[in-house]
Amino acid sequence: MAETFGRGAMTNHWNDIANADVMMAIGSNPAENHPAAFGHIMVAKERGAKLISVDPRFTRTSSKADIYCPLRSGTDIAFINGMIKYVIDDIHANPQNYNMTYITEYTNAAHLINPGYKGPGELNGLFSGYNDEKRSYDKSTWQYQLDENGIPKRDKTLQDPNCVFQILRRHVSRYTPEMVSSITGCPVDTFLLAVQTYAASGAVGKSGTIMYAMGTTQHTYGTQNIRAYGILQLLLDNIGITGGGINAMRGESNVQGSTDHCLLSHILPGYLGVPRNTDTSLDAYLKRLTPTTKDPNSANWWGNYSKYIVSLLKAWYGNAATKDNDFGFHYLPKVQSGANYTHIALFEAMDKEIIKGLMVWGQNPAVGGPDANLERRAMDNLDWMVVADIWHTETANFWKRPGANPADIKTEVFLLPAVGSFEKEGSVTNSGRWMQWRYKAADGPGEAMDDLWMLDQIARRLIKLYADEGGPSADSLAKLWWNYGADHPDVHAVAKEINGYDLTTGKLLPSFGGLKDDGTTSSGNWLYCASYTEDGNMAARRDPTPGPFNVGLYPKWSWCWPVNRRIIYNRASVDLNGEPWDKEHPVIWWQYQGAEKWVGDVPDGGWPPINVDPKATRWPFIMKPEGFARIFGFGRADGPLPEHYEPWESPVENAMSGQQINPAVTVWRPEEQGDRAKYPIVCSTYRLSEHWQSGQMTRNMPWVIEAQPEPFCEMSEELAREKGIANGDRVIVESARGKVEVVALVTKRFKPFQMNGRKVHQVGVIWHWGFIGLSKGDSANVLTPHVGDPNTTIPEYKAFLVNVRKA
Amino acid sequence: MADKAILYDATKCTACRGCQVACKQWNENDEYIPPPSDPNGVPASNWGSYENPPDLSPQTWLKIRFTEIEAGGKVRWLFTRQACMHCTDAACVRVCPNGSLYHHELGFVAYNKDTCTGCGYCIDACPFNVPRSTRNIVTGIAKMDKCTFCTTQGLDRIAEGWEPACVKTCPTGALKYGDRDGLVAEGKKRVQTLQAAGWTNANLYGENELGGLHVLYVLDDYPAIYGLPVSPQISAATIAWKDVIQPVGWAVGGLTVIGLGMNWLVARANAKKEAK
Repeated sequence: MAETFGRGAMTNHWNDIANADVMMAIGSNPAENHPAAFGHIMVAKERGAKLISVDPRFTRTSSKADIYCPLRSGTDIAFINGMIKYVIDDIHANPQNYNMTYITEYTNAAHLINPGYKGPGELNGLFSGYNDEKRSYDKSTWQYQLDENGIPKRDKTLQDPNCVFQILRRHVSRYTPEMVSSITGCPVDTFLLAVQTYAASGAVGKSGTIMYAMGTTQHTYGTQNIRAYGILQLLLDNIGITGGGINAMRGESNVQGSTDHCLLSHILPGYLGVPRNTDTSLDAYLKRLTPTTKDPNSANWWGNYSKYIVSLLKAWYGNAATKDNDFGFHYLPKVQSGANYTHIALFEAMDKEIIKGLMVWGQNPAVGGPDANLERRAMDNLDWMVVADIWHTETANFWKRPGANPADIKTEVFLLPAVGSFEKEGSVTNSGRWMQWRYKAADGPGEAMDDLWMLDQIARRLIKLYADEGGPSADSLAKLWWNYGADHPDVHAVAKEINGYDLTTGKLLPSFGGLKDDGTTSSGNWLYCASYTEDGNMAARRDPTPGPFNVGLYPKWSWCWPVNRRIIYNRASVDLNGEPWDKEHPVIWWQYQGAEKWVGDVPDGGWPPINVDPKATRWPFIMKPEGFARIFGFGRADGPLPEHYEPWESPVENAMSGQQINPAVTVWRPEEQGDRAKYPIVCSTYRLSEHWQSGQMTRNMPWVIEAQPEPFCEMSEELAREKGIANGDRVIVESARGKVEVVALVTKRFKPFQMNGRKVHQVGVIWHWGFIGLSKGDSANVLTPHVGDPNTTIPEYKAFLVNVRKA
Repeated sequence: MADKAILYDATKCTACRGCQVACKQWNENDEYIPPPSDPNGVPASNWGSYENPPDLSPQTWLKIRFTEIEAGGKVRWLFTRQACMHCTDAACVRVCPNGSLYHHELGFVAYNKDTCTGCGYCIDACPFNVPRSTRNIVTGIAKMDKCTFCTTQGLDRIAEGWEPACVKTCPTGALKYGDRDGLVAEGKKRVQTLQAAGWTNANLYGENELGGLHVLYVLDDYPAIYGLPVSPQISAATIAWKDVIQPVGWAVGGLTVIGLGMNWLVARANAKKEAK
C-alpha cells in the first residue's frame, strides 16, 4: 500500500464500508474474523450493494455473499490480474464507463518508463535486472523517463508503448479468463460474473471496496497481492472516495498502533527508516531516505523527513540531543545493512545460537510462529527468556512441550504477569487509524501489572546500569530522557511526548506542520502530532455526530492520523475543479456553497484543485515523490507489477512462466520443502470467530471452548471418500515439517479444484490450539514453512502442501 | 401493554454465536463439556461440525443451527436461531399442570422455576422441541429450563427496560427487540426487499403461527429449508389434555376429596356409634 499510495494503512474506515456499492472480500473472511465489522457490510447490502467473496472454501462470509468465487490458495495475483485485463480491455471498448480523468491525472498510468524495461511476458517470468546469484533485482530499468527539467515524462493519451498503461496492458494480456481459471480453479463464468460486477464500480460516482486480511499478506508474494488490488482500485477510481479504498482489516485491537509506533524491525515511530551501519551521519541517513522531486507541483511530503527524525531524537534524548552531536543520531542502535531482523530471521538466529536472550511481549510464537516445531526447538538455545502475558503461554512453557525433556533445557524463563486491556489506561489505534483513549475499568488480579509499568521499571534499571557501568552502545540507554513520574509512569505524559512540544515555549504542538529540524521541537511520532494538544486529549473525544455531508466520518469521535483525516488520499475524490465525483457521498468539496476553501474531511493536501490554480496546486498523492499513485511501482524487491508465481510448495507447475516461485524469495531451509508426490494436498491455516489468535484468551474460557472445543481439518466430501474418512473421524495431517492429529470436518463447502482437467484437493486446519490452557490441541503451525515475502518476510501460512490420513 | 418480540433476520446472521455465549453469560448457565478425564484440561469433542453444543440443554437455551445444502451446483450455508419461540397459543402453558409456565404481561412465555415440578409435559408438547429438563442427582427434583426472554429470576433485563442479552450482543443487526407490531411491519418490509432482489420465496415466519410467535424470522427461503416446522400445531392430545382431560381431572380430583371427606365423616360417625 505504501508503494502504491504512500502510506501503509487502511485507506477508509469500517463504518465507511456502509457507503460502498460493491465489496470484494478476498484473502479475508470478515464474518468469521471481524464479526463486529460485518455489521457495516450488512448496512451496505441493505442499500443494495453487492458482496463478492473470493476464498478457497465457502465461508461464513460467502454465506452472505451475492457471488462466491472459489480460488486455490495462493493464486490471488492470477485472479486479480485477470480482472485488470478485463477492465483494461473494457476501458478500450467502453471508455465512457470509466473515469479516464482519474486514471490519467491521479495515477502514473500516463508516465513513461525507461525503454529498457522488460516484463515477465518477455523474460520467462522475470523482470529486467534480475541477478541470479543474489536472487534480487537491479531496478534501474524500472524508472521513469525524465524531461529536461528532471520531471517524469507523461503521455496523457496513454498511447506511448512505454507508458505505464500500455506496459500494464501488455503485462496482463496473458491473464485470459481461461488462464485465470486454469490457475485458480475458479470456473470461467463465475470469474466473469465477479469481474463484471466489480468493474461497475469504475463508473464516475460509483464505489467499490476491497477488504483483505491475512489470506492476502501471508504469502511469498503477499506484498504483490496488495499491489494487484491497488492497481485494480486505481483503474476503477476507487481510492480516496467514500465506500472505496483498500481496507486492510486489522485483527488485533491495536495492531495499527503497534505498526505506527514501530513494532517492526525496519522502522522507527512514524514509519521513519531504521538507521543502518552505513549511515555514518544524520546527513547520510537523510540523504538515503529523503525523497526528492524537481516537479514544482509535487508536494513530496516526505521531503520533511529531517523535521520528523530530529523531533523524534529530541523526544527521546532531550537535552543530550544537540546540533553538534547530530541530535543524538549516533545514540540510536544501527542495523547491519542488508541483514534481516524479522520474525523468521530472529528464530533462525536463535537456532544458530546467535541470539541468546528473548523478550516476548503479548506474543505466543510457540503456537503462532511458522514451523512451530523449529521455533520451539530454537528456544532451547536461549540463555534466558522473559514473557509478559496475562496467561501461561506455550512460549513461556516451551520447555514443557510434548516430546521435550525439561531437564535438558537450560533456558531461564521469567514470567511477568500482565493485566488485561481493561485493567489499564491508554490508547489503541484501530484498523481505520482511529486513536481511541481507553480508561481503566478494574484492577488486575494478584501481582499483575500493566506493560507501561514493566517497561518503565526495566528501562530505569537499564539506564542506571549502563550509566554506572558502561557497556556496548551504553549511551543509547544512558543518554535517554526518561522521566514519566517517580512511581507509576503517567500514561498522559507518554501520550503528550508522542504528540510533541514546542521546546521554546514548553507548549504542546497543534500539528506536525509545526515540527522543525533545528532542535526546537520534539515529537515521539510525527504522525500522532495533533493527537494531544493544548486543547486536550483528542483521542478521548466522544462526539457521535456523523460530520460533514453526513457520510459517517465522525470527525469528533476519537482522533485519526494523520491530522484527523478520516479518508486518506481524499484529494482524488474530486475532479480537476474540486467537485466530488460522487455528489451524494462527498468526502471533500472545493468552495462548497461559497466557502473560500475545502469543505468536508481534512483534505489530503490543502492546496487548490488542479484547474483552479495550476501553479499553486499539488498532485493528489502527496506521500509519493512524483505526486501520483503508482500503478507501476518500482520500489519493491520482486518487481514493478504483480506477476503470478506458485507458492513455495505447490501441487502444480507455474502455468505463466518457467519461474516456479517468486524469484526474490529467501529460502531458509530448502531441505524442508515437501515433495508434491508425497504431499499432494494444498493446505491453509485459518481462524474461527470463537477463538482468538494463539488461543490463550479463549482456550481458557469455558463458554467459548464449548462453542469450538477442538481444532479440526476441513475437507471436501470427495477427498474424504478417497481417503476413507468419515465426518468426525480423527485424522493425521502431515507436512514435510510436522504432523497434527485433529478432527475431520467433512463439508460441502470445500470442493476439489478443477484446473485444466486436473483435480487438486485443498484442506484447511484451524491454528488456535496448543499444549497449555484449559483446552489443548495440536498446533497447526507445526505444518507451516519457514519462508516469507521478499519485502516483509511475513511468513507463508496460507498455502503449503500436506497429506491427510485417518488416524 | 403492547406485546414485545424479537426479530431474527436470518439473511443478516453470520453465526458468530455471540448470542449463544451472551445468553449463557447473562443467565449464568454453565458450559456443557464432557466430564474432564484430564485434571489439567477440558477434553471436549468436535463432532464434525461448527454446531457446538450439538443440542439445546437445560444449560443451553439458545443455539445457532448450521445447515449445509447444495442445489443446482450452488452451496448454501444457512444459520437458524434455535430457542423458545414464545408462542401466543403456547402448548407448554396449556399442559403445565400447576401454572409454572405462563404468559408474561408483554406476551412471551415466562416460567417460575420454584414451582416447576419437572413433570416434563411441556417437553413433549412443544411443537418446536425446545424445553429441556434435568434431575438433580442429590435431591431427585427435576426442573424444566428454556429461554426466559431474559426474565430469569433475579436477572430480569426486561424489567429494567433493557433488550434481551442475545439482542444486545448481535453485531450485524440480525437480532432486534421491540414492540411486536412494529417488528412485524419491519419484517414484512424486509421480506419485500428480499423478494424484489430475487428471493421469491422470502417470508416472515411467526406472524400468525400459533396465534403469533414472539420470535419472528425473516427468511429468504421456505421455513422447511431452515429446519422450521411449516405450520406448527399443538397436538390434539395437548388440546385434549388442557381443555378436556385436565378440567375433568380437576373435577375427578375434587370429587375424590369430597368422597374421602364423606368417607371420613361416615367412618367417624360409625366409630362414635361403636364407641357407644
